[in-house]
Order: sequence, then C-alpha cells, then structure tokens
Amino acid sequence: MLRLENCRIMNGDYAVEADLEIAPGACVAVIGPSGAGKSTLVEAVAGFLPVTRGRILWRGADLTRQAPGKRPVAMLFQDGNLFPHLTVAQNVALGLHANLRLSAAEWRQVEAALARVGLGGMGARKPAALSGGQQSRVALARVLVQGRDILLLDEPFAALGPALKAEMLDLVAELARESGATVLMVSHDPNDARRIADQVVLVAEGRAHEPQATAELLNNPPPALKAYLGSA
Amino acid sequence: MAGRAQPVSAFPGSAAALLVAALILGTLGAVALRAEAGTGFGVSDWAALRFTLTQASLSALLSVGLAIPVARGLARRRFPGRTLLIALLGAPFILPVIVAILGLLAVFGRAGWLSQGLIFLGLEPVQIYGLHGVVLAHVFFNLPLATRLILQGWQEIPAERFRLAAQLDAGPLAMWRLLEGPMLRRVAPGALAVVFAICLSSFAVALTLGGGPRATTLELAIYQAFRFDFDLGRAALLSGLQLLLTGAAALVALRVSAGEGFGAGLDRAVQRWDGQGLLARGLDGFWIVLSAAFLLLPLAAIVLAGLPGLAALKGSVWQAAGNSILVAALSTVILLMLALPMAAAAAAGRSGIAELSGILGLAASPLVIGTGLFILIYPIADPFALALPVTALVNAVMALPFAMRILVPRAREVLGRYGRLSLSLDMQGWAFVRRVYLPRMRAQTGFAAGLAAALSMGDLGVVALFADPDFATLPLQIYRLMGAYRMEAAAGAALLLLMLSMGAFWILDRGGRWHAEA
Repeated sequence: MLRLENCRIMNGDYAVEADLEIAPGACVAVIGPSGAGKSTLVEAVAGFLPVTRGRILWRGADLTRQAPGKRPVAMLFQDGNLFPHLTVAQNVALGLHANLRLSAAEWRQVEAALARVGLGGMGARKPAALSGGQQSRVALARVLVQGRDILLLDEPFAALGPALKAEMLDLVAELARESGATVLMVSHDPNDARRIADQVVLVAEGRAHEPQATAELLNNPPPALKAYLGSA
Repeated sequence: MAGRAQPVSAFPGSAAALLVAALILGTLGAVALRAEAGTGFGVSDWAALRFTLTQASLSALLSVGLAIPVARGLARRRFPGRTLLIALLGAPFILPVIVAILGLLAVFGRAGWLSQGLIFLGLEPVQIYGLHGVVLAHVFFNLPLATRLILQGWQEIPAERFRLAAQLDAGPLAMWRLLEGPMLRRVAPGALAVVFAICLSSFAVALTLGGGPRATTLELAIYQAFRFDFDLGRAALLSGLQLLLTGAAALVALRVSAGEGFGAGLDRAVQRWDGQGLLARGLDGFWIVLSAAFLLLPLAAIVLAGLPGLAALKGSVWQAAGNSILVAALSTVILLMLALPMAAAAAAGRSGIAELSGILGLAASPLVIGTGLFILIYPIADPFALALPVTALVNAVMALPFAMRILVPRAREVLGRYGRLSLSLDMQGWAFVRRVYLPRMRAQTGFAAGLAAALSMGDLGVVALFADPDFATLPLQIYRLMGAYRMEAAAGAALLLLMLSMGAFWILDRGGRWHAEA
C-alpha cells in the first residue's frame, strides 16, 4: 500500500496537500487542471520535491527521507527519458547498473526486455535512429529491467499521436499487470484514465483527493472536475 | 533550483573555485605585503596611470564609435560573404597579440604599405609608436568585438518593430528615434565598458608599440619595475593600483553589459524596408569595406611577410614553438580540470563561490598574479625554472571567465533535462559525470578548450616576467626577434604562431563537435 500521510509538498512557493492511500497493483490516473499540482504529487513520491509535513510510506516503510534512486520507484518524464549519446541497450542497462558494468546474464536480460517491448535486435542503435514510439518503448524496457514496485508516469507519451499513445498506454498496463507494479500516471486527458486506470486521483485547488473508481468519478464529476472537463 | 536534489556534488567545483580564489587573492596578498607604503607613487607611476586611462578611454570611444556604423551596415545589408565576415569578427579574440602587431606594423608602420603610399604621393610616412599606435592596435582588436556586441543589439530588435516602422513610413530620423537610438542607449554603454576594461590591462600591445615615459601602461610599469629594477615593492604597489582599476572596471562592465559577443545566431537575416536610398547603401558599403579592409589587410600582410621567413626558421624558433605547444596543452588541461567541476557546481545552484571565482578572473591581471607567484616562489625555489608551469597556470585562470560563460548555460541544460532521470536511476557522482555530464558537455568543452589553447598559445604576458634568456615561448621569441630587428624571421615565426593558435582552436573545437549527438 502506498500511503501519503497528511503530506504537504512544497514546489517553489506553492504547496500541495495530500492524505491518501493507493492499493498495491492499482493503476491510478492523476488528473486535474494544469498548474494544480499533478506533477508535484508524483515528483514528491519520486523524491524530487521536499515533503515539509507528513510521511510517504510504501508497505509500511517510510520513504520520506530516502534519495530518489533508493526508492522502489521508476519514473518516466515528459521528455528526455533517453540519453542520446548512449545506445538503446545502454539506455536500458542503466536500469540495472547506473555505471553500465553488467554481467553477461544481465545483458541477456536487457536484450529480453527489448524483445518484450518489440525492439529485439535494435540494442546497438542510438535513440535518434528510432521513431518517437520506439523511443518510448526503450524507456519502458528500462522500467521493466528496473523491476521497481511503483511506476510513475508524468505524461511521457504526450508528444505521440492519439493511436500511438493508446498503444503505449496499453503496453504500460500489460507490463504492470505482469509485474504487479503500482502505476501512478499524470494525465490531462480523461480518455487516458478511462483506457487503463481503475482509479483516479483528482488534484485541484492545492489538494490531492482520495482515489475513486474511474468510471464513477468521470461520469459523475464533482464541481472542480466538471469545471476542468467542460461540457464535453 | 535550491532544494532540488542534484545528481552531481558541488564539492569538487567549490574546491576548484576556492583554489582559483586562493590563487588570485593569495598572490594579491603576497603583493600587498611587499608593497611599501612609505615609497609612495613617483612621477612616472602617475604618468603610467594617466596613460593607462587615456589610452583605454580613447580605444573604447573609437572602437564603439566606429562599430556603430559598421554594425548598422551589417544589420541591414545582405551580401555574399556576409556570414563569413561576421564569423571573422570573432577571430581577433584568439589572434595572438604579437601576430596582430606585426601585421599592423606591415600596414601602418614606418616601412609599411600606408607609409610607402604616402611617400609615393610625396607626403610624410606615418609613425606608429606611441599613444596612437597603442590605440590603433586596441581598435584593431576591439572594433570587431564592439561590432558583434552592437550587432547583437540590432538583431534583438523584434522583426515586428521593423514591420511597424515600415508601415508608418518612418524615415531615417524616425527610425533613429523609434528603434536605433533606444537600442544604442541600452547596448553602447556595455560595449564601452567592456572594451575599456579589456584595454586597461593591456600589456603586450604597450610592450611592443608603447614604452618610454610617455606611453607606459600600468601593466608595463609592473613588468619594468620587476624586470629592469627588480624593485618588488614598487611592482607590488603598482599591482595593487592595477587590481583596483581592473576590479572596478570589470564590475561596471558586468553591471552594464548584457550580451557576451560570441553568441551564435548573429548571421540571422532580418528583413528590412528602411535604408534603401542610394546614400544609405553607399554609406553602409563604405563602412563595411573599410572595416573589412582594416581587419583583413594586417592578416594578409602577416601571411605575405611570413611565407618567405617560414622556410628559414631557426632551431630556436622551433624550440620556442615546442614550449608554446606544451604551455598551451598544460594550460588547457588545467582549465578544464577547474572549469568543468565549477560549471557543474554553478549549474547545480549550490556553489556561489564557483560563480564568484569565475567573475574574479575578469578582474585579475596576469602580471599581478605573476608578480605574486614570483614573490611566493622566490624564497623556496628558482622561479625562472618554473616558467612553463606558471605560465600555463596563469593562462588557465585568465581563460576561466570565458570558459565559464560557455560551459555554465549548457551544464544548466544538462542538469535540467537529465538530472531527475539520473537520480531516479540512482546514477550519481562519478557515474553521472562519466556517463552523462561529460558526454553531453562535449561540444562546449571542445569550444572552451579551443579558446583556452589558442589564448595560451598566443599569450605574451606572464611569460615575459618569468623567462630567463634560455627559455622562450613562441610569442616571446617573436618579441625578441623584433627587438633584434630581425623582422623577416619574426614574420615567419608569427605566421607559424598564427597557424598553431588557429590550428589548436580548430582541432579542439571540431573534436568536441565531431560525432556529438544534439
């Protein structure tokens, strides 16, 4: 269980408050108006922003003071998820050892992860030689070898076209189901939530609300969400 | 980005910055302790101060005054070779001073092209030594810099403004009142301050074209007190004065100057509708041709004069060239070892000292650091035996402010883009430096290394202080050949130095960009 206990997260001069629980293995969308603090919430879980009050717990262990790389968390960002000067295989291998010293078995693991996301045999290429969708797959292969309990997505597929984005979201859901990872994904598109999320956390007016079942919340939105979604 | 975690520690950068600060302030302290307050300033010292201020003011006024019409012409004309000419405006920055002086002598000297033309017309030849020679050389170096700074101001006027002015049918006077006047009032003071500050610490120009009681700068006076009279107290006193002057000027220059003059994108074309009249075109053409000739003729003269001498170069010149390459290589390594960690620390936003030390280098004078190092080394070792490493070290510190301006913005970009990803992969410290920071900084590192190598290769400053008769770098050897009136050998050696400086810059800059992914 991922628990944000009475948290206050500082991002520059504004704060987001959160007091909520997310079940292990759940796939949760974080939605809300832009600037309300969606990214702030996931960045606090990742350990990039200071939590000035409260605690963040995973299966009872306190993460609040842990360094980002030591948390059971893997994260994909809006952009810059791959290092352009490293090969595809090296980018994936970073998920096992950041110093890139891998055993033969580990390199085979990298190759298997690439095959799993549909990029078998492409390990020697540089990211620039791949399409946008393929680059996203490389990042997902890295998440796969990282094998962390929690996966945070800060709109990493926002630059892809609608069909490609849907494809990537389905792949995320599939991989998470296989590994049992808990997914927290920021999105400004309610269709993303409907597509793969069981639950939705609404962030509005400096507050992250308790997760609610996706269909229930989106079909019957509270005023703050209604204002954001509009009449459509 | 205070408060945010960063994958790179600020500690090495802060340590490097402390080292630089200790070197600059420590040598100053050593100098200050030796300065005897009792001796006070003599007549010649006041004359040196007066000359320093006079030549710097004149150089700044002339450089910026001439740069305005040149920049204006470049801003509103399109012609073949324009991009090349603008790129050439950056060349004097890495042109060895002694090479330029030989070129200027070949054009403006007593036996130069201009004088020969005047004699042919039955007129008196021109005289280049003294105040006007010093100012001429400074304008040669700083007119291109000022032109770039002011051109940047012109380019920063939004294209919409020019469209609006065209729609209002604004004539030259209205253009001036609406666009050009306000821009120049913003940009010109910065350019003046930068050129003034640069000319304050002029040493090599004053050494070769000035001299004598009426044309001695403070830097030159420090050198003379040191080298001819071995009067450490007086050298120290002059050093203190020089530091006050350059420090104050550097502060003013930093305060009023916005751009940096070697940024990219200066060749961008902005469509203009004004200045289409015959007079305006003629004037722009006149200024562009004049400035191009002023810049290119001395360079052409060096090549022409140097070619015959190049084949007849003696062993001593080759030996000096070898020393110069060693100094430049060592200096470049020292610079990178200081600047790369300092840039990382400054970009991580957790090391005020790193940014401060970078700026401190602008105010530091090589002769003052050299004097201080001499005072510090003298009791424990033979300073003359350490000429090579000391020259390399001082050159590295002098190149540091420029390197920081090149490296810090890129380091900010790298940390901003890849910092969080690296942290989430638990990639920190050396792993981050080796796998991400250094590879991503490669192009900028190459550019900074190229500048440092070229500057060091062509430097004639602290080496003049430390070298005994058996040791010389190539610029010093050229100076000695000039002193012995062996002008052909000097010209040949100057051409060699020109090729070494430009070659070092080209190789390092290219090497950095070669196969570097965007």
